Amino acid sequence: MSLLLEAGRAAPAAAEPASKPRAGLLARLGNPLLAIIFPLGVLAIWHFFTYGQKYSLIPPPSEVAVALYDLTFGGIFDDAFSRTLHVHLLASLSRVYGGFAIAAAVAIPLGLLIGRVAVVRRVLDPTLQVLRPIPVTAWLPLAMIMFGLGPRSAFFLVCLGAFYPILVNTIFGVRSVDPRLFEAASMLGCQDTAQFYRVVLPASLPAIFTGLRLGLGFAWVVIVVGEMTGVQTGLGAIIMEARQLSRTEIVICGMIVIGIAGFISDRLVMLLGKRLLRWSPNFA
Amino acid sequence: MPDTPNPILELRGVSKQFELQGQRVEALRDAHLRVHKGEFVCLIGASGCGKSTLLRIVAGFESPTVGEALMWGMPIAGPGPERGMVFQDYGLFPWLTVRGNIAFGPQSRGRPAAEVKDTVERFISLVGLQRFADAYPHQLSGGMKQRVAIARVLANDAEVVLMDEPFGALDAMTRERLQDELLEIWQRTGLTVLFVTHSIEEAIFLADRIVVMSPSPGRIESETAVLLPRPRDVVAADFNDMRGRLSQQLHSHHGRKAA
Repeated sequence: MSLLLEAGRAAPAAAEPASKPRAGLLARLGNPLLAIIFPLGVLAIWHFFTYGQKYSLIPPPSEVAVALYDLTFGGIFDDAFSRTLHVHLLASLSRVYGGFAIAAAVAIPLGLLIGRVAVVRRVLDPTLQVLRPIPVTAWLPLAMIMFGLGPRSAFFLVCLGAFYPILVNTIFGVRSVDPRLFEAASMLGCQDTAQFYRVVLPASLPAIFTGLRLGLGFAWVVIVVGEMTGVQTGLGAIIMEARQLSRTEIVICGMIVIGIAGFISDRLVMLLGKRLLRWSPNFA
Repeated sequence: MPDTPNPILELRGVSKQFELQGQRVEALRDAHLRVHKGEFVCLIGASGCGKSTLLRIVAGFESPTVGEALMWGMPIAGPGPERGMVFQDYGLFPWLTVRGNIAFGPQSRGRPAAEVKDTVERFISLVGLQRFADAYPHQLSGGMKQRVAIARVLANDAEVVLMDEPFGALDAMTRERLQDELLEIWQRTGLTVLFVTHSIEEAIFLADRIVVMSPSPGRIESETAVLLPRPRDVVAADFNDMRGRLSQQLHSHHGRKAA
């Protein structure tokens, strides 16, 4: 009988969809609606304070929208910026994901080692802790000396920006594996190095994933700084160039595109996480 | 019976001391215990009596400071699949399904995939979790999790099952149900069970023999054989007699300590 009771306790998860659609529909309509109220308000205020004002340094939203259209498809101003968005977006994307991939490829194994092997931790951890508080922007001059003016400096900075969040979270994940799981594994006959693959790695995956997500976020933050190093293409470069030409509407376009691209890339990572980490109550 | 040769488990003068904030704590002093194959032994006592320490020494998670712990006459050097542990907090791998958790042991020991699959299915039905075979631990109730933990140990050919207050976190009905199921599995398989509990009733209901322990320092106080026929009736007069006697024994330590 208690099996039935227990089954009943677990069943709501399976039985829920039957009663859900009504609440679900409301929530599905409600959330985007709620999410759009604030930006609409900001747009309205922005419009109100800038539209029709002579000598306003900030262009009204409508001008930005036109500039964004021209930047994407061309055909309105036909200047140096027209129809160049895809070039800049692609350049930034490749730097963000390239730098991020290299950062992850170095930070994850290094984090696993530091978290798991005491000697490695004692050798590397103090140095890494001292280097960590140095902001990425402070590396800019040195990066330009080491890698020259151009995309390689940007790449390096993005890589550096993504590196620490991934490293720190990986170490945290490895260090905070429930000791009970090691006991469980060893009494089931899984010992020593086998535990690394069968316990440490899967158990620290959620933390590693959080690190990847934060790292990718940082990569998008750093890209603008990185592309200020005299690069010709990229969303950071377009913002710098437009600033020098006092094309503030293009500056704002660049900001909007970075925001949207960063948002979409974060969503993609989250989706991947939900698939890979279905077992974790924090992700499912 | 305690003096028949070849016990499956034997503790000879086992003491365990811990270093706790610079202080030496004696968790267990001079424990002697023999457990025979197929026996169901309960360890009972107040917290701090060393019952969990004793269990963890048998499991191989701790080693004795003094004395020796033996299985089939060989010193216990560390944890191993022949001594399966069921924890109060389950200790399931959250990233594996019920199937995956039960398969973990056989896979770790390099059993062929087909054999693992057979074993897993057999033990899933033994504990009645067919409908939840692909669920993850966080989707299961406490009772179901503990069933998985038991199946995982049995599927790995454990000869001795060590249980550390396994039903302590469950509600009364689930607990009773699992006690019945555990006894049924034990009778069917001829397992040896060493079971830690703080419930007198649970101990009398389950055990062939009850080892009463007392705290500071943790030690074995006495052993009582439970000769009541199974299935045992928790409201029968002789059950109550035994409950009274054990309760007195346990409380006399408190009295002595307070005095």
